[in-house]
Amino acid sequence: MSEGWTRLHPLSPVVRLGRAAIAIFVLLLPAVFGGNIARDYPQLGVVALLGLIGFVNWLVTRWRIDGDDLRIETGVLRRQSLRYPLKQVQAIDIVRPGLARMFRVAELRLRMGGATGGTARLAYLNEREVEPLRARLLALAHGGEDAEAPTPEEDDREEVLATLPTGRLVASIFVSDVGIVAEAVLLGLVLGAVFAPSAAGGIVGGGTAEIVGVATLLWRRFNQEYHFSLARGTDGLRLRGGLVALSAETVRPGRVQAVRMVEPFIWRRLGWCRLELDLAGRQRRKGEDETTGRQLRALLPVGSRALALELLELVVPDAPQPTERAPRRVLWKSPLRYRFLAWGRSDRAVVAQSGRIRRVTVWLPLEKVQSLRRVEGPLQRRLRLASVHLDTAGRALHATLRDRDRSEADAALSALIPLARAARRAPP
Amino acid sequence: MLDSGPDWRAPSPRLLTMRRLEVAAITLVVAIALFVALVFVSVVGAVIALVVALALGGLLELFVERRVHAWGYAEREDDLFVRRGVMFSRLSVIPYGRMQFIDVTAGPLERLFGLATVRMHTAAAASDARIPGLAADEAARVRDRLAELGEAQAAGL
Repeated sequence: MSEGWTRLHPLSPVVRLGRAAIAIFVLLLPAVFGGNIARDYPQLGVVALLGLIGFVNWLVTRWRIDGDDLRIETGVLRRQSLRYPLKQVQAIDIVRPGLARMFRVAELRLRMGGATGGTARLAYLNEREVEPLRARLLALAHGGEDAEAPTPEEDDREEVLATLPTGRLVASIFVSDVGIVAEAVLLGLVLGAVFAPSAAGGIVGGGTAEIVGVATLLWRRFNQEYHFSLARGTDGLRLRGGLVALSAETVRPGRVQAVRMVEPFIWRRLGWCRLELDLAGRQRRKGEDETTGRQLRALLPVGSRALALELLELVVPDAPQPTERAPRRVLWKSPLRYRFLAWGRSDRAVVAQSGRIRRVTVWLPLEKVQSLRRVEGPLQRRLRLASVHLDTAGRALHATLRDRDRSEADAALSALIPLARAARRAPP
Repeated sequence: MLDSGPDWRAPSPRLLTMRRLEVAAITLVVAIALFVALVFVSVVGAVIALVVALALGGLLELFVERRVHAWGYAEREDDLFVRRGVMFSRLSVIPYGRMQFIDVTAGPLERLFGLATVRMHTAAAASDARIPGLAADEAARVRDRLAELGEAQAAGL
């Protein structure tokens, strides 16, 4: 199946410039509304140059589906011809930033697996073309496993598994660990402003970057997870959500490398938790684009434990519970972690629980284990303890059976090696 | 047993010689630099610094010996076992089917001693498995054997 080359949407450069485009618009206003052209000449030059670069970039970028590959050609001075094998696609996302929604365009993002895997981005395409193209690419990606491509009508059947009420999202952000710290700081500042206005002013001045950083973090969480919904379709789990920037992601359950359940301090009292999953892909690198290297994707941004365990069963079948507690002497080494340290296993998956203030539980399907390690530090040796690590090809997660009795660690390692081998060889 | 047995092999004895030389060279350079820097200030101080630096170097030599002896590897039926480290002792288990590629590197000093380092890569960045200080022919044998086993047992992501 091949076809001719296609260009991206003509408005792509404008959207790609994003916030800069708005700034440029503001910059241009005085020139347009009776400003002095001579005085604004340099600004106009910069704008024209940026526009020209964007336009040329758009002109030389084209893409096509070539058999089992997606090919993208781009670049003027350094011509690049990129080839993305569709068989290695881990997930296909549709991302729509605020500006893209205004212009009715959307970005298609293909997450690739493998050691060289990166992200193939088609930014931007017409909104109407995106859905059919995504379905087609997914069908091609499935090609190797099931030749039957899902027809559009079939594709529309889906079962909603979870939705997130806005009230709960807001409440959960307010009582999350970061949220509580932010509120405490804010309270301190207000009190400070009342009792010692000059000192508070100094604090705000000095900590502006931090304050903005925390606010951005909280806002981003709200922006991403507003109106979140999780549904099961024929092609996998569909995750949707967003306030200003909409995103729609499709995850194939067999591609999940690890699942993590996070329970911050206050959430635990309310019986809430957050379920996140990790897919194969390049490990996060320094300087990587903020949005592609962002945190793990949430399968359930906030919800009850019971619902989370139900969803967990979808992505990690036969998930065990952490039943094996750590020996008491671990209190000497990790007094805060001790109460959470536990692990468990079934024939197909392993679970490890840890955390100091937050309780963090990681599930790993054994067929995804890449390598195993037993590590013994100096303090651990004194206490006859050892940790067992299980590595996956995921971006961020790996399971650590931390601080086990030495003999137990050896027994666990000896048991997990053949289990992982069997899981790897068994048909999925 | 997991980390001992007749099938465990050790790096070449030349690795210890090489590491010892490295430590000795660094110790000497540091000791002489300290001596020269201090001799114009106080001769006694300079001599003390020299002695302390040499003593530390001697201690380091002992530690290096333990570190080199901690390295070991075993080719089992389905997995490669690599052990390393004195303070933090590690035992890595890498299934042959998970190896994506293997590379053999030899730095200038290693080449002088006829040694090479074999490094195994899996899809996980955390599983860093390397065996340093293999004699060049042993390194080539290990590489070919691992590549062959990896091919036979390759598994998808």
